[in-house]
Amino acid sequence: MKPIALLKAAAFAAAAIPAAALAYRFYRFFYSQDIGALPANPGDYITDQTGTWALALLVITLTVTPLRRLTNWNELIKLRRMLGLFSFFYATLHMLTWVVFVNFFDLTAMIADVVKRPYITVGMATFLILLSLAVTSNRFAQRRLGRRWQTLHRLVYVAAIGAVIHFWWQVKADTTLPLRWAVAVALLLGFRVWWAWRSKTPAARPRPG
Amino acid sequence: MRSSEITPKNVYLRRREFLQASAAALVAAGYGSLAGPADAQARTKLKGPIKKSPLSVLGPNDKINQYQHVTTYNNFYEFGTDKGEPAVNARNFRTTPWTLEVEGEVAKPAKYQLEDFIKPFALEERVYRMRCVEAWSMVIPWVGIPLKDVVDRVQPTGKAQYIEFITLYDVGRMPMQRSNVLDWPYTEGLRLDEARHPLALLAVGIYDEVMPGQNGAPIRLVVPWKYGFKGGKSIVKMRFVEKQPKNTWQVMAAHEYGFYANVNPNVDHPRWSQARERRLPDILATTKTQMFNGYENQVASLYAGMDLRKNY
Repeated sequence: MKPIALLKAAAFAAAAIPAAALAYRFYRFFYSQDIGALPANPGDYITDQTGTWALALLVITLTVTPLRRLTNWNELIKLRRMLGLFSFFYATLHMLTWVVFVNFFDLTAMIADVVKRPYITVGMATFLILLSLAVTSNRFAQRRLGRRWQTLHRLVYVAAIGAVIHFWWQVKADTTLPLRWAVAVALLLGFRVWWAWRSKTPAARPRPG
Repeated sequence: MRSSEITPKNVYLRRREFLQASAAALVAAGYGSLAGPADAQARTKLKGPIKKSPLSVLGPNDKINQYQHVTTYNNFYEFGTDKGEPAVNARNFRTTPWTLEVEGEVAKPAKYQLEDFIKPFALEERVYRMRCVEAWSMVIPWVGIPLKDVVDRVQPTGKAQYIEFITLYDVGRMPMQRSNVLDWPYTEGLRLDEARHPLALLAVGIYDEVMPGQNGAPIRLVVPWKYGFKGGKSIVKMRFVEKQPKNTWQVMAAHEYGFYANVNPNVDHPRWSQARERRLPDILATTKTQMFNGYENQVASLYAGMDLRKNY
């Protein structure tokens, strides 16, 4: 097995563990009646966990390119789609907890949520971006869209910013956690700006000797 | 790897606080072995008879929550902003001795030791619904003394219109007070007629036991028709005043949290609907929120003629 294939398998397993752990906790809570398996507010817990992992995997997806540039290990690109799809997977679960646990399929309530509450508006917009990226993540869409594919997929930067804002705006007072994610996203986007500037400016390139 | 070997995410993210708490627990354990088992967190039955109150009226779907849920899911920012943290960080919270001061517009301002403050009154069990502003709720068997009896005893002057409840500010005992996440100390307020309502309670315990640290030891306010944040915890002072006092969450975000904070399914919080709630540990938020948290018949007259949209 080539190193990149090994790394990809390991990344797959690592990204799947949070979902498996959640499922196992729910199993113990509901079927084994183990009340310690979940906090007193299980619905809130799964919303938190899936949201956090959607954001974490989005951030991890955004680290692939900087790592590739810094290490010159170009094969790392083979991880990117899988990680992005995992982020979408957790974001979907996260959104479904809102549909089912919070609103129980009440369409009027959901529309009111999206229209009236900015953090949900931003969250939904972010989800729609991730959805559009997920459905165009295959080779077929890539061929069909041609150069527009690249433009479309740059929306991932908007999604990362949107996800952090969505987190920030729903916190009551303690902004420690969203701040950490904001710093991570800022660094990753900043790297791209710096890299683009560095490659365009001949003077900034390292000189021989 | 078994999933039981994975560090839970919340523990991992807050590892510094976790380490501090663990260190504190270790220190306490060492101290405890010298001083004997005087652990504040040990579950202790309350002394004296506890009267069952006729005011503990529950609906057909109200079931008393399990002790574990009531004591591990707490909004008590002084001990951490995550709801699981107070149960860990308040484990060794010392509440003896405890002084409670009554001051301001009263005939008998005084400083009491907590035991002396409570002694004149009979303890009552009050089983109330508690509705958090975050749209979840529990049913909790409080034990306490009617706030009304306390108010009558200290004899408010004619000028007294409100009571301000001031809670403990002690960075050494409440670790999160080192941060500026809230404007410490936490304060709350009631109109005098609200404080005199028979349902308002100063609670000193739950489940017939001494109040655990994370639930507001040693004495806290319980106002069942209002959102949970009105129930100031670890109270050290009651100040009788003429003008409406500010309460901490109102200071934090006045457009989100008001002075009255009456449970009201028709007035949404700006960031979420208040029409329904999660009756924990339910996973679905399908319980309809009731006006004044189901205590409408008893308390609605306090607010006759008031615009509850403005006075949220």
